[in-house]
Amino acid sequence: MDLLYKVFLDPFVQMGTAPDLLVQTLWDGLVAGVLYSLIALGFVLIFKASGVFNFAQGIMVVFAALTLVGLHEKGVPAYLALAITLAVMFGLAVGVERLMLRPLVNQPDIILFMATFGLTYFLIGFGELVFGGNPKVMIASELGLPKGAVDINFAGGFVSLQKIDIAAAIIASLMVAALAVFFQKTRIGRALRAVADSHKAALSVGISLNQIWVIVWFAAGVVALATGIMWGARSEVSFALQIIALKALPVLILGGFTSIPGAIVGGLIIGIGEKVGEFYWGPLLGSGIETWLAYVIALVFLLFRPQGLFGEKIIERI
Amino acid sequence: MRMKHALLGAAVMVSAALPLAPASAADTIYVPLFSYRTGPFAGSGTPIVNGMADYLNMLNERDGGIGGVKLVVEECETGYDTKKGLECYEQVKSKNPVVVNPYSTGITLPLIPKAAIDKVPILSMAYGLSASADGNTFPWVFNPPATYWDGASMFVAYAGQQEGGMEKLKGKKLGLVYLDAPYGKEPIPVLEALAKDYGFELKLYPVPAAEMQNQSSQWLNIRRDRPDWLYLQGFGAMNPTAVKEAAKNNFKMDHLIGNWWAGGDDDARPAGDGAKGYLSLNFNQVGTDIPVIQDIIKYLVDKGKSQTPKDKVGENLYNRGVYNSMIIAEGIRNAQKLSGKKVIDGADMRRGLETLVIDEARLKEMGAAGFVAPVKVTCADHNGHNAAYMAKWDGTKWTKGSDWIQPIKAKVEPLIDEAAKAYAAGNAGWPKRTEACDAK
Amino acid sequence: MFYREAGQFKTSYTADMSVFPILQDRVGLAIILIVAVAIIPFFGSGFLLQAVMTPFLVFALATIGLNLLTGYTGLLSLGTGAFMGVGAYACYKLTTYFPDVNLIVWIIVSGFFSAAVGVLFGLPSLRIKGFYLAVATLAAQFFLSWCFIRQPWFYNYNVSGAIEVPTRTLFGIPITGATSSDATRYFIVLGFVIAMTWLASNLVHGRIGRMWMAVRDMDLAAELIGIRLLRTKLLAFAISSFYCGVAGALMVFMWYGSAEPSVFDVNLSFYILFMVIIGGLGSLTGSFFGAALIYILPILLRYVPAEFGMPIQSSTVEHIQYMVIGALIVFFLIVEPAGLARLWQVGKQKLRVWPFPY
Repeated sequence: MDLLYKVFLDPFVQMGTAPDLLVQTLWDGLVAGVLYSLIALGFVLIFKASGVFNFAQGIMVVFAALTLVGLHEKGVPAYLALAITLAVMFGLAVGVERLMLRPLVNQPDIILFMATFGLTYFLIGFGELVFGGNPKVMIASELGLPKGAVDINFAGGFVSLQKIDIAAAIIASLMVAALAVFFQKTRIGRALRAVADSHKAALSVGISLNQIWVIVWFAAGVVALATGIMWGARSEVSFALQIIALKALPVLILGGFTSIPGAIVGGLIIGIGEKVGEFYWGPLLGSGIETWLAYVIALVFLLFRPQGLFGEKIIERI
Repeated sequence: MRMKHALLGAAVMVSAALPLAPASAADTIYVPLFSYRTGPFAGSGTPIVNGMADYLNMLNERDGGIGGVKLVVEECETGYDTKKGLECYEQVKSKNPVVVNPYSTGITLPLIPKAAIDKVPILSMAYGLSASADGNTFPWVFNPPATYWDGASMFVAYAGQQEGGMEKLKGKKLGLVYLDAPYGKEPIPVLEALAKDYGFELKLYPVPAAEMQNQSSQWLNIRRDRPDWLYLQGFGAMNPTAVKEAAKNNFKMDHLIGNWWAGGDDDARPAGDGAKGYLSLNFNQVGTDIPVIQDIIKYLVDKGKSQTPKDKVGENLYNRGVYNSMIIAEGIRNAQKLSGKKVIDGADMRRGLETLVIDEARLKEMGAAGFVAPVKVTCADHNGHNAAYMAKWDGTKWTKGSDWIQPIKAKVEPLIDEAAKAYAAGNAGWPKRTEACDAK
Repeated sequence: MFYREAGQFKTSYTADMSVFPILQDRVGLAIILIVAVAIIPFFGSGFLLQAVMTPFLVFALATIGLNLLTGYTGLLSLGTGAFMGVGAYACYKLTTYFPDVNLIVWIIVSGFFSAAVGVLFGLPSLRIKGFYLAVATLAAQFFLSWCFIRQPWFYNYNVSGAIEVPTRTLFGIPITGATSSDATRYFIVLGFVIAMTWLASNLVHGRIGRMWMAVRDMDLAAELIGIRLLRTKLLAFAISSFYCGVAGALMVFMWYGSAEPSVFDVNLSFYILFMVIIGGLGSLTGSFFGAALIYILPILLRYVPAEFGMPIQSSTVEHIQYMVIGALIVFFLIVEPAGLARLWQVGKQKLRVWPFPY
């Protein structure tokens, strides 16, 4: 009885008695969710266009942020460093396309997946070799990102909104909107969707696969840079950041590997779900449940929709 | 042909093993340093190993080694990975090391039982297994100057002192924010015992390793519980995130106390002004205004013989590395005195460390007066339970924030005894101490 | 020239279908076994035994386990690390509860525990496929890791929070703990690896293996020809987890000697998966190649600069090593996506006709 109370009633009582904490939890979940979505977005872009499950997205986040901060440390002004970092990410996209994707064209998915592991290793070594492995402080203020927090008094308590988090939410929405327009309205976007549907058909109507790949990998690089800046500003830029990228995986299965809205909605569900779960139900189980809660949420969804919330329906033929 | 392949394979294996054979240089002392300049914790690993290597190399440059014997200092990179640490251990073992500094709790634990068999003492300076301070159970393991349990008791002592007396702690809430791993969980038993004795309430906030940089849930809990004091047993990227979150949640910075591994310059710096007032336990002074550090700059850094950039010399963890090497060097010196040999081995080193006494006078001779508190190790007590002080972050650097604080020895020591006994009982067949004691 | 099958006639179907139909292969295998059993333990240094061979064999065993699941049955799993952890923790619990029963028995029994957990987490595999399944197995990975960290019962309420290996003996000789010799532990691991490789080889060449492969190639078609999908898939999960569990127990008891929960984190799962893919999906020989390349190559790379007397910092070596391994993975995948095992087969095929190819 006591247990039932603790599971089914007590959390809601807590929500009712301290609404400020509930709002704060929801907000923190939302912000985490936005950042998960951004990482997932990078995955989705690449998976859609090239069918590659890009494990290296996490390290691309670190690498982009590290390049930015590392360049600034070496005396390059912030905005110039940003531009150079974008150029580096473009170079990376070209390199990946030339040296990795092109020779591996038409290989099974798992081989391409494995190749991105190779890329991960390479980027870890390269990043540490050039910029050193020590953690760095994100140059948020130099980039014109806001600092500090807005405290809103609310229901006897306060809700603290970090300005950087608000900025993250805005930038993420802008980015998603821009990508949506890009995909729907531009020529390249249409070509991209054609490639996603069928490589062969796209090739036969004269779409250059190689060009498309460079574009999506670059787009994923830009998304990675944005993620890196935001998450770096929340803590610091270090190789430990890479672990967070794994959180994008449940987001992906929830949203579906090929759906951009899926990545966003999935990210928000996972972000809010795990924070609320951890805060209100975690103590019952000995806390720390957010490490696996996201996966279990995703697993439950999967049992009902094996292709994810927004994924394309899987049709099997013999 | 397949046979040929097999033989080739075997040959490659054997040749892989060959370069590891001891290059027996009879007139040097081999001191391996396990480093972690790579991996997610490189931020703390790099300054530590820089400091360690620099002090020993400085002795080579300035004094020609210790007692006229040159030291061979060699790094082995572990990346804080237990797997690689064990590989490093096997690699250095054949070269007759005098001491091993595992520099990771995960590497220390498997090495503890091996130490007595391989006759290689382990020096885990203020990390590893707290219970290994018991010299009767662990004759080959040393962890001066203080254990994690001492650290936690100092936190309680400091909180009591600030509240105006230990009895004022009654009814207060003390919280522990920790990395959810054996390292982070270390202080729990001692804090639980102290909570019972002093009547405060202990709140635990585990941070899963995968969520190190994503701590909002833990800090929401802290906001809900409103603890009066917080002790941070974090590591690597967890610390700056925790300090930032504390600032974000309007937690009083001077009530947040990090343990000594949460006191790196990189731990507080990312939070900038928000971290002002953040305290961290420390047992070595920071800065370069110490003769021994000046010597390092003079003999190594200025001559370009060090890997350390000049502006990083004197940082907190760098100086801690120097301190670690001072203990090694003093252990070697002591072992030379005891054994009468110049080139000592691991067994001599064990004796040397066991009777290690670094008093004020000796510190002064070493050019380290006031740099650290005096250290004394005995056969029964391989730790010393020495004092530490609170370092205070002033927004740009660490400053001295309190006097030396003594651990609550009376509470910690029985716990260590008990834990050592439990360890020996849990590991059936744990050898009884047979090593003689050199104490005068 | 040496590798010719001329003159070796098969007179029965069984002989023709045997795993090693060619005499030279059998001789080669015998030589490898002799080297492994009689030469390495007696002439190898402690480093070779304890830091190279034992870990290599443990990883090879885990790789075989994952290969049965991923390579033969086509179910991608990222929970290997956790299943190894189940084996290790089960073995630890059993041997501390019943110290009198021989440890070897417990290592085998802990495999069954792991198998049971594997079946439980394998249940979604009927509905979920491909990368979706991989991420679903991550749920197992993170949930089990969390158990090892947060549930003190698993580590006997140890203060250190890690599991420590007590000394256990077999026929009066210590086989675990610091007093056991490197060679003893190597022999035990080797024994397990040989026995279980033989077992796996029989499995995959038999009815069960064919069922697995039918499911891998197209599960819908397999179902239509009368293979019961759920049972086959769960059997694959069970046997694969059994192998991983035993490997995990061996890893802690014969190699590490003590383990923090973080040993069995998701990185271990990825690490084993690397070995499977690089070695070759659906190949037992490949499992050994994969384990050798991923585990032993970095060790060799470490000593390359030292051999040539290059004064490079240990950390720089580490960084370059990462880059080299990354580049090598991509390189091998480009050269032969089917893995080292395929490369080996192609090599053998060339040898057959060498030096006079058509």
